[in-house]
Amino acid sequence: MIKKLSRRSFIKFGTAAVCSVAAASVPAQGFASGREEHIATMLDISKCIGCGECVDACSEVNGGKYPNPEKPFPKMYPSRVKVEDWSDKKDVSDRLTPYNWLFIQYADVKINGEERELSIPRRCMHCVNPPCVKLCPWGAAEQLQNGISRLNPDLCLGGSKCNEVCPWDVPQRQTGTGLYLNILPSIAGNGVMYKCDRCYDRIKNGKEPACIEACPENVQTIGPRDEIIEKAYKLARETGGYVYGDKENGGTNTIYVSPVPFAELNKAIKTGKGMPDLKPEPNRMASAENLTKAMFFAPLAGVAAAVGKIYASGRKKDSDEKGK
Amino acid sequence: MVKFMLQAEKKILMKRGSKKMQTKIINKIYFLSVFMLTLTGFGQMPIFKRYYVADIPGLGWLAEFYITHYLHYLTAVIFLGLSAYAVIDYFLSGKKRRLKITTSGYVKVFILSGLIITGILLVLKNFEGYLFSPGIITLLDIIHLVLVMVLLAVSLLTLVLKKRWITQNIDE
Repeated sequence: MIKKLSRRSFIKFGTAAVCSVAAASVPAQGFASGREEHIATMLDISKCIGCGECVDACSEVNGGKYPNPEKPFPKMYPSRVKVEDWSDKKDVSDRLTPYNWLFIQYADVKINGEERELSIPRRCMHCVNPPCVKLCPWGAAEQLQNGISRLNPDLCLGGSKCNEVCPWDVPQRQTGTGLYLNILPSIAGNGVMYKCDRCYDRIKNGKEPACIEACPENVQTIGPRDEIIEKAYKLARETGGYVYGDKENGGTNTIYVSPVPFAELNKAIKTGKGMPDLKPEPNRMASAENLTKAMFFAPLAGVAAAVGKIYASGRKKDSDEKGK
Repeated sequence: MVKFMLQAEKKILMKRGSKKMQTKIINKIYFLSVFMLTLTGFGQMPIFKRYYVADIPGLGWLAEFYITHYLHYLTAVIFLGLSAYAVIDYFLSGKKRRLKITTSGYVKVFILSGLIITGILLVLKNFEGYLFSPGIITLLDIIHLVLVMVLLAVSLLTLVLKKRWITQNIDE
């Protein structure tokens, strides 16, 4: 027998259900975005002379974090899974590798009709909402409260998803190291991913990242994100320059200021694997994030549909009884 | 009189038929959404490309992480709506008295609740901002994965043993 739903219990239960589902959706808007706590860096491209001091300092300070792969590497299946071994190419410095987390791109451009070579230090952009961190299926990538994103070499299995979802092709893989060796190295995993962690350990101890400290031209400025953004736009206004990194991929914590438009710079630099471009990148997390709103309304719609159905059948029963 | 009785009987049969049809549609949507959630959920791991699944014509999208992520969310919208509908319908329409949830039904409800809770927390984590420590995120990822694997095993077992979620309450 279908239990007859009185108007009072309909309103009571309906309200309770709607409230409880609505309450579940509160956290979606309830917590702060976090970017106000982020530390960002500004790179004034016009100041960089391409001396490579930052690249050397990065290697020196972070050398202890570089991989030490065990050889021979375990045979991996199926055969399409390729070994990525940079351990014999540690000196490669014209792109990002597991042994080179920062490199310099060069661009021949014209400024006020004058030919000039610009140098652009490139490393992880440390996105405000980093896809590498958010989409890692194991939680092996983490974002610190100060906005630094880092890959945990103790947890990473080297699936390279972070590289694929990164708009700038930043994380790089080394085979033959890490946790996967202790699980099923032949059929799952392929090493560990590496990238710039913006010297998170030095920052924790009140020091500057190595690349900033070593720069003889003071190309980089570090500070709270809102201050750095303000400085970047002020510099761009004063010099007639352009800003990159504030809006890209929904915002990053690495802001470049260039004397020439970034579209022009992007054409002039060499891009490819391990060589990030300077394209205007849309927010990669945005489409799924927009769908989240629907996700929190869906239970409400389900509740409304069920309550509506029961209410309608109750009313129909009433009218049937009256008809009799 | 006979005509009136026949009409009433026809009405009852039609009502039963439409209810059966409704249940069938809901069952189909549930099955399809769980299938898609599982498929796109596994697609969050870099396995479909490695193991040639994405090479099958028409399945190339399984290797596109942003597409599988979006579809996982989209199917979750349908699944959450359906779950809320089923829960409210069960408690308010009198089904609670007429139908008895079986042990395997309770097991599935428990697993699905765990998947919904960890899923919601993981979705919240994906918003901009710092919500959980890395340890908690790893734990949530593992629980979510283990639960779906247990759900698959239980579903397979109940399918083989022909165990249903619910049975008619014999007291009624």
